[in-house]
Amino acid sequence: MRIVKQAAIAALALMAVTGVVQAKEWKNIRVAVEGAFPPFNFVSADNQIGGFDVDIAKAICEKMKAECTFAVQDWDGLIPALQAGKFDAIISSMSITPERKKVIDFSRPYYQSPSSFIAPKTAGIKDTSPESLKGKTIGAQSSTVQAAELEEKYKDSEIKLYPTQDEVNLDLVSGRIDMLFVDKLPGLDWLKTADGACCEFVGTDMPTDGVGAGVRQSDTDLRDQISEAIVAIKADGTYDKINAKYFPFSIWKD
Amino acid sequence: MLSFGPDGWGMQLLQGTWLTIRLALATLPFGLALGLAMALAKRSPNRWIRAFGNAYTTVFRGLPELLTIFIVYFGGQIALQKFVSLFSDAPVEVNGFVAGMVALGVVFSAYASEVFLGAFNNIGRGQYEAAYALGLRPSATLRLVIVPQLVRLALPGLANLWLILLKDTSLVSVIALEDLLRKTSIAVRVTKEPFLFFGVACLIYLALSMISSIGIVAIERWANRGLRRA
Amino acid sequence: MNWDALATYGPRMLQGLVVTLQLVAISITLGALLAWPVALARMSRSRLLRGVAFGYMYFFRGTPLLAQTFLVYYGAGQFRVQLEAVGLWWLFRDAFFCCVLTFTLNTAAYQAEILRGAIKAVPIGQREAAMSLGLKPRQIFRKIIMPQALLIALRPLGNEVILMIKGSSVAAIVTVFDLMGVTRLAYSRTFDFQVYLWAAVLYLIVVESIRRIWDKIEHYLTRHLRTA
Repeated sequence: MRIVKQAAIAALALMAVTGVVQAKEWKNIRVAVEGAFPPFNFVSADNQIGGFDVDIAKAICEKMKAECTFAVQDWDGLIPALQAGKFDAIISSMSITPERKKVIDFSRPYYQSPSSFIAPKTAGIKDTSPESLKGKTIGAQSSTVQAAELEEKYKDSEIKLYPTQDEVNLDLVSGRIDMLFVDKLPGLDWLKTADGACCEFVGTDMPTDGVGAGVRQSDTDLRDQISEAIVAIKADGTYDKINAKYFPFSIWKD
Repeated sequence: MLSFGPDGWGMQLLQGTWLTIRLALATLPFGLALGLAMALAKRSPNRWIRAFGNAYTTVFRGLPELLTIFIVYFGGQIALQKFVSLFSDAPVEVNGFVAGMVALGVVFSAYASEVFLGAFNNIGRGQYEAAYALGLRPSATLRLVIVPQLVRLALPGLANLWLILLKDTSLVSVIALEDLLRKTSIAVRVTKEPFLFFGVACLIYLALSMISSIGIVAIERWANRGLRRA
Repeated sequence: MNWDALATYGPRMLQGLVVTLQLVAISITLGALLAWPVALARMSRSRLLRGVAFGYMYFFRGTPLLAQTFLVYYGAGQFRVQLEAVGLWWLFRDAFFCCVLTFTLNTAAYQAEILRGAIKAVPIGQREAAMSLGLKPRQIFRKIIMPQALLIALRPLGNEVILMIKGSSVAAIVTVFDLMGVTRLAYSRTFDFQVYLWAAVLYLIVVESIRRIWDKIEHYLTRHLRTA
């Protein structure tokens, strides 16, 4: 019976989609994370989300005196779902890029990490210029800065794109790809695991523009309030505490 | 690893399975109603309604289910947003469950309309004429004479569609609904045991199919009860 | 229309379409070859053969193609050492191959069920007549049963080809740049929803063309069954 009822409710909801008018003081913020990018964001077996992004988001909300609810959304779907109004902010290690800025807006960066190549220790790769990686199979997570970089500059390499970073890592271990291109900090974290022991950073890092909170372009007030909150948590020491919990060095971007 | 404790993924898989079942069951009445409506549209005396019914079937039987799900989930949301913004600036929220249900229901109805159409064509004109001769009104004819026969004739085809629907629910995992396959993928990411977990997921789907088959046999027996006497 | 995106990703989407068609053509062909022995095993007098064929068909028809693809692709990655030992890793290393393998096994199960139904639908009198003409069982099967069964199977097989084209889109999720894969890539770069609609049009054109061509073939092959 409950299922019939549920279907009826769902059908009703469909016919009369009612919007909730959002107060402009942003008392409630729906924050989305990918939940598959440790140590920045992840979902554990008991279905709890955690990580650097999540801790920062909570600190931002506290600063803004807002109630935050978290949603987990696949990486590829984050921006479309934000545009579609499924949540209000993406705080999920999303790098600020010109392409993304065409469709959404970003707060000021809350951390910075370069992009790095990782390859098996036995591979002996030193040079990571496009010319020397010709013919190599390189993996990255799809819709990331790294994926875009590979697509643009490494045209003679075979590029493989995966829905999550974990799957890229899995395929590097299994040898389906020769190397991977990833945000340096999660890469660092992964190299410390048993799986990552096979591999090492190779070549030269590539700088990025930092990671910010993504919001809809119409929500400039939310963007500014988040930016202010980021500066404020840095000033009062909250940021450094969270930083220290995950990394022995500062990842703050001025 | 498959245990139900805090470190085990048993509970997660169970929750995923439950969502898969709920999604399939919720889609069914919606898909059936839409399918019947489309079948009636294709039998309509109005040329435009007929053309619409046929185009609907062609499109949604021709598109990959995965693509339909993307289009309904993201495109539908964007379209709805634009539509609502004409009247107010309130944000619209369609939850993932409803979006998944609509996407799967649309695919289901495109196929179901063909099944219904076939069933309609198998009900002889004489049935309508006899009902008319008995003085039944059109609505009563439909309800008392046509639908009971329609159910029996359409049942095998619909049963097949149900089994397909059950499997198609796995595609909603790519739009972040926490169904069985998605929960399994999360477990795989953490445990690095793809073979074990995807294998278990397959077995759960298989079990759902088996249980469905048993149910379908029972329903068919019930629907055919009037025929067995002969 | 977003002409910039069309200029950049249009050609790549067509390449993706070619990959989709290759994937389907190879899988359907290999699946057809595998389907015959499976269908015959399913109808065999040996209980063991029947059981094995039944289990195989039940598994592949009862579970989602996406789950099967994950099982083969990521499952194989876990058994790299064993696969290397038997010299098969170079095959499983390739996502395209993993998809071909999964799709072949999947479509073979469906095609076997279609063939089984078709063989059973050939009237028993045909077999009896052939026997009374003194044909050997093998000849009866090849010359009498098989051609008629194939004619009966033609329509459901056409549907299976279309289902495979649509189903093949799951390959995109395991890194294959088929039409769906390229579309997802284009979307992730442009964030323009149009690309999904272009893909929809391409899929519809392919599916409708195949449906019409198949109708023509069926019409031609069954011409002797129609009375003037």
